[in-house]
Amino acid sequence: MSGAPVVTGLGVIAATGLDTATYWKNLLDGRCGIGRIERFDPASYASRLAGEIRDFDPAAYLPDRLLAQTDHVTRFSLTAAAAALTDAGVDPAALGEYDMSVVTASSAGGFEFGQKELEKLWAKGGDHVSAYQSFAWFYAVNTGQISIRHGMRGPSGVVVTDHAGGLDAVGQARRHLRAGTPLAVTGGVDGSLCPWGWIGQLATGQISEREDPARAYLPFDADANGWIPGEGGAILIVEQPEAAARRGAATVYGEISGYAATFDPAPGSGRPPGLRRAIELALADAGCAPSEVDVVFADAAGVPELDAAEARALTEVFGARRVPVTAPKTATGRLAAGAGGLDLATALLSLRDQVIPPTINVTTVAPACADLDLVLDAPRPAPLHRALVVARGIGGFNAAVLLTAP
Amino acid sequence: MHRRVVITGMGVVAPGGVGAKAFWELLTSGRTATRTISFFDPSPFRSQVAAECDFDPAACGLTPVQTARMDRAAQFAVVAAAEAVADAGLELAELDPYRLGTVVGSAVGATMSLEREYVIASQKGARWLVDNTHTSPHLYDYYVPGSFAAEVAWSVGAEGPAAVVSTGCTSGLDAVAYAAELIREGSADVVVGGATDAPISPITVACFDAIKATTPRNDDPAHASRPFDNSRNGFVLGEGSAMFVLEDFERARRRGAPVYAEIVGFASRCNAFHMTGLRPDGREMAEAIRSALDFAQLNPERIGYVNAHGSGTKQNDRHETAAVKLALKDHAYATPMSSIKSMVGHSLGAIGAIEVAACALAIVNGVVPPTANLHEPDPECDLDYVPLEARDRHLDAVLSVGSGFGGFQSAMLLARPEGGAR
Repeated sequence: MSGAPVVTGLGVIAATGLDTATYWKNLLDGRCGIGRIERFDPASYASRLAGEIRDFDPAAYLPDRLLAQTDHVTRFSLTAAAAALTDAGVDPAALGEYDMSVVTASSAGGFEFGQKELEKLWAKGGDHVSAYQSFAWFYAVNTGQISIRHGMRGPSGVVVTDHAGGLDAVGQARRHLRAGTPLAVTGGVDGSLCPWGWIGQLATGQISEREDPARAYLPFDADANGWIPGEGGAILIVEQPEAAARRGAATVYGEISGYAATFDPAPGSGRPPGLRRAIELALADAGCAPSEVDVVFADAAGVPELDAAEARALTEVFGARRVPVTAPKTATGRLAAGAGGLDLATALLSLRDQVIPPTINVTTVAPACADLDLVLDAPRPAPLHRALVVARGIGGFNAAVLLTAP
Repeated sequence: MHRRVVITGMGVVAPGGVGAKAFWELLTSGRTATRTISFFDPSPFRSQVAAECDFDPAACGLTPVQTARMDRAAQFAVVAAAEAVADAGLELAELDPYRLGTVVGSAVGATMSLEREYVIASQKGARWLVDNTHTSPHLYDYYVPGSFAAEVAWSVGAEGPAAVVSTGCTSGLDAVAYAAELIREGSADVVVGGATDAPISPITVACFDAIKATTPRNDDPAHASRPFDNSRNGFVLGEGSAMFVLEDFERARRRGAPVYAEIVGFASRCNAFHMTGLRPDGREMAEAIRSALDFAQLNPERIGYVNAHGSGTKQNDRHETAAVKLALKDHAYATPMSSIKSMVGHSLGAIGAIEVAACALAIVNGVVPPTANLHEPDPECDLDYVPLEARDRHLDAVLSVGSGFGGFQSAMLLARPEGGAR
């Protein structure tokens, strides 16, 4: 591979759209996908809002055989992967079986599937546990199922780095491309909107307890009070540039010009967090100066001290109000390992249409974040050539990806 | 210009003993560490045997706070990482934290802690709307096993790239490969990398029961794991961890670090066939082996030992026998190939790393570990599986293979380092 990998297909699924076009339109229209949870009754929990995917009929997308053995998150993943391949115009049967990799990120696997089987085991006994439990809940399930469905036999992988996973998966896919695999299906689709997954997330102590969807997830806002989990994400088709050209790929959304990951120091060490370094390393990897970055897609934790830390890192790298910053995840909630994939897809659509989607619901920027040029209220048209996407995972994961328009 | 990667330290927590020394003693003695499950009453289950670790976190240096916070698998990894760092002679205070990476493989994450907390939250499955008022404050760490990498990174002061790799039962090999790649590409100079799993809990036992993947040989637990034997009828669940200090070859040489082995090749493939099934012809695993040989630019004749996946299911044993023959051709018949799962069981995502430890120790000691309990081979498995007794053998290069649910097939090549092993 002589140049940077290119993205030739996108498959998006989120609370604001079951396909890329709908998602993008709703994002530019400022629609919010956050609402009271309907998948289960959230009344007994302190937090009741989520970015839930509704009106998704899996039978319209997947054969019965797959429905029996899959959690929601795998159905979403398979749907997004198929859409991404269609968008890229890739017919897997026409490519070499070992020339396609699958690398996805997961945070908690197929968690609702796991809850159902735990319930059967403990309420009824081991004989009632599904034959599919051995794989349907585990972290590798989405990669495995995508690989099987599309006959992809190249080197594959799964990373678990909490909310940074979507970016780390793309970083790992890039390694496979550099080592010789022409194409990779990558990104992340995630979410655990079941009671058992919900209390796992509540244990962070970071989930907003507001009831008003417009006032719950407010990253960088003076009124920031936590985040709202969502489900979904995006799958990307990433190719060696020569391979994309060889098969006559119709669309190149952009190239993956730089990537880096770092880890925060242990709590209490007094050492600085690693986000700034991840951004600087990703820029260096791309050979790109901070002044050449046209927009930043923020991690946007929605937790005051984490927002302040991100604002500080961005300001240290780029200077005060020198680059527009946005958080489109305000419309979908935070998608865990799906967030990085979706932010990359969103950034590529921004580069395509030369418009920055807004951070919705945020009204009053916190003093600690005042040096950010946040894109609020409405889309902002701008000449966009390079976009930076950043993500952080609980525990200390940091990742950054730099995208360049074709 | 890619850098070369060597193993300069290792730590092992395995059934039969904590520490690399105890592990190697078990492997070369031909004894087994499989027994009737003691962690819970296994009597309702079809398979009631496992290879459990006798692990005392306090004796291994963990504080009560760490023990209360961490899932058992994370505890294993932190203890193994500490052993690896000491073994490598690394002075953590002298390392650049930014150039120190952390990679931990795990197939099933904090499944024991999750099940324990689920039982509390659901009142033993009585409630769908589970109650979070009595569950652990660390539930999120169990919910997302990225926490395993965090615990190891904190314990060694690493601030470079960190990840958990979770590709089912090839997680261990794939995590070591991921770690090696961080060094090769220049993202880190040293990586504390390996894998861990502690899956011996009712839900894991029940799910393997449901597909009859584990053995029902409950009346003879010490001889229950019987890879390649005609009488084998499933794997024995295990637990444990192996962690390594992987290091840039030039850096290791400059500081005069003793070296176990060089990681010279790795490749993985997917079978795109079935989430749990294997095609009998073994072609994807063979392709992974060939690709790893290509990467290493290694003549297959130099391989002196194959560490088999050797889980002890009929499907696996035939699959990988076919794969090794496809990849190594006639040399397959001349190469000893054994399964340490016969002694330490199958610890899912951890075992790949534990097997890398066995390979490195085999090179250093010039000894091939045996396949225990192998008395009468399956007639369709006609390679040299090193039955019952360890064998002296000078080893230049060894191959370790793994196979996992999801269709993952991985192959890693380790070679005797330049100037000889430690």
